[in-house]
Amino acid sequence: MPNPTPLLLHAGAPGASAHPPQLCVAGGGRVYPRCFFDGPPRYGAPGVELTGLHKETATVTQLHFLPGQGWLLSLLDDNTLHLWEVCQKEGCSHLEETRSFGLPGRPGCSPGITRVTVVLPMAAGAMVCLGTEGGAVYFVTLPTLTLLEDKTLFPDEILQSVPDDYRCGKALGPVESIQEHPQNVSRLLIGYSRGLVVLWEQSTRVVQHLFLGNQQLESLAWEQSGKSIVSSHSDGGYMVWAVSGTGQRTQQPVMSTIPYGPFPCKAISKILWRTCESGNPFIIFSGGMPRASYGDRHCVSVLQGQTLATLDFTSRVIDFFTVQSAEVPGGGFENPRALVVLVEEELVAIDLQTPGWPTIPAPYLAPLHSSAITCSCHVSNVPLKLWERIVSVGEQQSPRQSSAAWPIDGGKNLAQEPTQRGLLLTGHEDGTVRFWDASGVSLKPLYKLGTANIFQTDCEHNDSLNQAGEEEWPPFRKVGCFDPYSDDPRLGVQKIVLCKYTAKMVVAGTAGQVLVMELSDEKSEHAVSVATVDLLQDREGFTWKGHDRLAPRNGPLHFPPGFQPSVLVQCVPPAAVTAVTLHSEWNLVAFGTSHGFGLFDYYRRNPVLARCTLHPNDSLAMEGPLSRVKSLKKSLRQSFRRIRKSRVSGKKRLNANSPSSKVQEANAQLAEQAGPPEVEMTPVQRRIEPRSADDSLSGVVRCLYFADTFLRDAAHHGPTMWAGTNSGSVFAYALEVPSQEKFSERAVEAVLGKEIQLMHRAPVVAIAVLDGRGNPLPEPYEVSRDLAKAPDMQGSHSMLISSEEQFKVFTLPKVSAKTKFKLTAHEGCRVRKVALVSLASAGSEERLENCLACLTNLGDIHIFTVPSLRPQVHYNCIRKEDISGIASCVFTKHGQGFYLISPSEFERFSLSARNVTEPLCRLEVARLQDTSCLSPATSLALCPGCPQSLLSLDSPGSPEEHPAAFSPGPIDSPNSSLENPLDTTGDITVEEVKDFLA
Amino acid sequence: HLVPGKTSSNFRGKTQLTGLYHFGAEFRRFSLERSKPGKFEEFYGLLQHVHKIPNVDVLVGYTDIHGDLLPINNDDNYHKAVSTANPLLRIFIQRKEDADYSAFGTDTMTRKKNVLSNVLRPDNHKKKPHIVISMPQDFRPVSSIIDVDILPETHRRVRLYKYGTDKPLGFYIRDGSSVRVTPHGLEKVPGIFISRLVPGGLAQSTGLLAVNDEVLEVNGIEVSGKSLDQVTDMMIANSRNLIITVRPANQRNNVVRNSRTSGSSGQSTESSLPSSTPNLLGGVLQGEEESDEEDIIIEDSGEPQQIPKAAPTSESIESLSQIELLHESTQNGFLPSSEVNLNHSAGSISMEYEVPEPGPKSLEEDGTIITL
Repeated sequence: MPNPTPLLLHAGAPGASAHPPQLCVAGGGRVYPRCFFDGPPRYGAPGVELTGLHKETATVTQLHFLPGQGWLLSLLDDNTLHLWEVCQKEGCSHLEETRSFGLPGRPGCSPGITRVTVVLPMAAGAMVCLGTEGGAVYFVTLPTLTLLEDKTLFPDEILQSVPDDYRCGKALGPVESIQEHPQNVSRLLIGYSRGLVVLWEQSTRVVQHLFLGNQQLESLAWEQSGKSIVSSHSDGGYMVWAVSGTGQRTQQPVMSTIPYGPFPCKAISKILWRTCESGNPFIIFSGGMPRASYGDRHCVSVLQGQTLATLDFTSRVIDFFTVQSAEVPGGGFENPRALVVLVEEELVAIDLQTPGWPTIPAPYLAPLHSSAITCSCHVSNVPLKLWERIVSVGEQQSPRQSSAAWPIDGGKNLAQEPTQRGLLLTGHEDGTVRFWDASGVSLKPLYKLGTANIFQTDCEHNDSLNQAGEEEWPPFRKVGCFDPYSDDPRLGVQKIVLCKYTAKMVVAGTAGQVLVMELSDEKSEHAVSVATVDLLQDREGFTWKGHDRLAPRNGPLHFPPGFQPSVLVQCVPPAAVTAVTLHSEWNLVAFGTSHGFGLFDYYRRNPVLARCTLHPNDSLAMEGPLSRVKSLKKSLRQSFRRIRKSRVSGKKRLNANSPSSKVQEANAQLAEQAGPPEVEMTPVQRRIEPRSADDSLSGVVRCLYFADTFLRDAAHHGPTMWAGTNSGSVFAYALEVPSQEKFSERAVEAVLGKEIQLMHRAPVVAIAVLDGRGNPLPEPYEVSRDLAKAPDMQGSHSMLISSEEQFKVFTLPKVSAKTKFKLTAHEGCRVRKVALVSLASAGSEERLENCLACLTNLGDIHIFTVPSLRPQVHYNCIRKEDISGIASCVFTKHGQGFYLISPSEFERFSLSARNVTEPLCRLEVARLQDTSCLSPATSLALCPGCPQSLLSLDSPGSPEEHPAAFSPGPIDSPNSSLENPLDTTGDITVEEVKDFLA
Repeated sequence: HLVPGKTSSNFRGKTQLTGLYHFGAEFRRFSLERSKPGKFEEFYGLLQHVHKIPNVDVLVGYTDIHGDLLPINNDDNYHKAVSTANPLLRIFIQRKEDADYSAFGTDTMTRKKNVLSNVLRPDNHKKKPHIVISMPQDFRPVSSIIDVDILPETHRRVRLYKYGTDKPLGFYIRDGSSVRVTPHGLEKVPGIFISRLVPGGLAQSTGLLAVNDEVLEVNGIEVSGKSLDQVTDMMIANSRNLIITVRPANQRNNVVRNSRTSGSSGQSTESSLPSSTPNLLGGVLQGEEESDEEDIIIEDSGEPQQIPKAAPTSESIESLSQIELLHESTQNGFLPSSEVNLNHSAGSISMEYEVPEPGPKSLEEDGTIITL
């Protein structure tokens, strides 16, 4: 029976997303389609993914695969049906929309009556039947999508066979379910909302069997032999009915039960019956929980004989199916191998063949946002040694409970092995840092680092309470890892730096905590040394009104193998860390907040420097963004946890409200001015004033940078540290770093070398030093490990400062402006992220060019030469309304980038013609019918509803493919070339901070 | 062809405050025909007319290619001056009774370093209380209408000198729509408009901008197709030297402007009339703009400090002399844009560009960053 269960997806609230819906398939002999509201799909065997984009902006509500034929049907919420074809191009599979269809309305009836409620592609592949709101069942041919009007089954025809006492003049209601007879494909089981179930013989148009149910119907399923059916109902019960000969009416089910009764239960929305050789059949259903006590749980129950598991998910269950071998011999058993459940935020597979039904770890589609992502960081070219260590500690962390292979294995991945290992680190709201393998098309989870256990928080207590409660009946089992709730927002990770050569890492968070960590392959029990650094430096008149610092736990703590903290530095006041940098060769870490910056020697474990950058008039900086949180009582917080919406709905809210938040911003500015009353009548307006020194939050440290360069004179170079602030100030310190052997004897000293005040006062987003040849300085240890050329220390160095408004190159050691590009003055856009990237020629890897890549607040990416700052090319990348997408963007060193297109999905783009990561895969399909008429060209002619764009999501932008628009505007600069990593990308803007505070 | 010309004149504020100018420095830009410059007397008359000072005796000077300030007082040196225009000729006018003759001659224009350091020492001013009222540095340009001769009559290009003033720029912009004549008839197109002037702000005090004026360009870059936010960012990025081209809502004021410049004799008539060629002197705008780019660098030669204090100390005053104003090199044949034609002792040479406001003001502005 080549009939893999179709996956019906309801994809969320209509109109909630600004993205057009996207459609995804993964494929193969066994193909399981899935659809996402928006965002890139990853399906099938790892690496196999296909993407299509509907022309319409309506929401996808259902998706069905036509077994074995490489066709896919999608139903949109505008009640149109679309046929997609998997076609081969240059050996790779693509998805193209070939046809669309809408049910004609019935004269004299409301349009709602033809709304499609059920789609069932027939096993033979020639027809699809559609159940509707009005109770009618329509038959549509495939692949031409023409309605077979004479086959239509109206409810009146059924009602004729229904006894009068059942009929009672009432309608049957919408069609809730249609199921093909497992043996006899001409027989259809049709269930109506009112409870009536009919076995209908299509060929003879005869009612074979009537099941006169009186409970509102939710779903139907066949027992594989076709001898019985099971129906699920809105009262939380299910019933088993015996199917016998023709012309029968059955009043009573063989068995009827409400599994979670006796108190009122919620509906069982879907039920499956799977036979099993080794014993009792599986009955798997979603919902049905006791309304009062567990009505808010999202559960799928698996029942086999006396064994019951209530799988408790953290987000809404959308659909589920089982995976079994496609061919079941007659009279044989289905023997399901795995249960695959799609919940709103993740996809979970349960191994049904291993006792205890453990989950099968997903090779892709791991929920990125299991706690909300607060920052991210990319590390390119990870050395193999470090990679293996991270993989190994990750495996020790979550031992596999199931030996089963990932059950979704369709298609063939044709993409080349990644040439280098790329690591994406994401910081989360709950204080975790997750390590992802970002070398290929899909992100694979490697390791998860928690930082919460170093601090005293009250969440452990809560968890233990919950655990105890869940031992009782029903037998809940937490499944999936999506958990958006953070008990203490102060744990949130703000900045991450990883040194790939020494495996040292710095993680900095919302409460001013800076953790220096080191990778260890052994578990350990040690105390973390704690230091505090006062960034206000005794400035008078400031009182921190925000959150308290996190209290560290005392005494030795147990740490599993992995990154283990050695030093905790806590900033005072405990404002969120806004910039961090690490120099593992000098054993120094620098960090900044909205009040100032500090430098810490983690070898000797003492502070080297603290500097206040706060402007005397800045009161906003003393308002912690979380000041409201602490006032909430714990109980209150817990009740919020229950009702708090997932991050997805949070994002929708953000999009919907962004125009109005701008209005608020404008109004706030107006209020400052205390203008005359008629001003309130005017539409949105913007105030034109230069930035001033006492703007609020002007002291926020935006970037920190270490460099071995010429700060004081042209003859001697040495360690330096640079800091840039929100008000356009740059501070440069000369550092006295003792040689390696003397680390323990001599202290590091820092001497202020220079201060630069950019007259335009725009926030400094990044600082980088270029060597004598104009190349960026290498990372610590890069040269000593032979991984980079030594920098040119003969020629004169220069310094690149990127502010939100312009880029400027200065000479060193005497600071004078060499070249600049005033982006905002020319284009009206502001710099959000910059990075020095090295772009290799598509022809030869040897031909490298260093460029400055810049993402603006309009979502455009601009490329400039360095150090001459000539604009090269720019193109659109992110929608400018997608504020969180723009804020989340990270560039890699080789011209790729990642940004969040939803809270759970990263989009990868490439600026490099050489470094392109895209999904290449093939789906073998054995079409039963000749589809030559469906080649894209013909179908374009046949069908006006063809797709205009099919968007492959994972590699949108090599410059060649895009109409490269050269940015206009005069350029004033001399000459030179080159560069690479500026890893300090400012993550926040004043506006964002203000929004957050508002 | 037309030689873009430029004069700037500098008057003591007491008697000459008229119309649009609240301070003494006035700038006029106009064109002369290079091939037929005419006679000095006609030119002299033209200058008097352009500046509306028909009965005031003035000294006329120009800067030659070496940066020297040389006099123009007869036909020969007038013709010489015109021939050096490249293409701009910068002419300085001083009242005769206030003139400082020593200002003329070699190196006069490059002495500015000393001048600057004098200016930067606030105590120098205090020693000479008698010149407080009429010193030129008390009269900075706050605004000017420029490129009158190359813009359509319906447009006005206004330069606001924000630098160094306490006044806010003081205006707001909004989205709106304007009607354009197109081949298909009238069409509504989106545009950016001035929505509000803050009382007492720079924009309002100049009288050159008004509510509902349509903004066409910002520092030479057209705003059509740009969003309100983009235009806002462009204006803020240029706010220290903002040049806005507007289509005034009240077009009647254009006539006033024309009548002021018309009716003069000789070539001045043609040269001062607005030309209808909208020639965007982007390069000129860029070049002039550079003067606002003087980032302040403080070199530190101090003692090693573990944890320096951020609060200003008494040392910071002395360190002022270490502030180095960076400036861009000469562009477009202009003088180095940050050169300040300001002679403190004579005090009569015009300030060509805005100078960082000297004295206690700048100390206060930058005080927080001086931590030596």
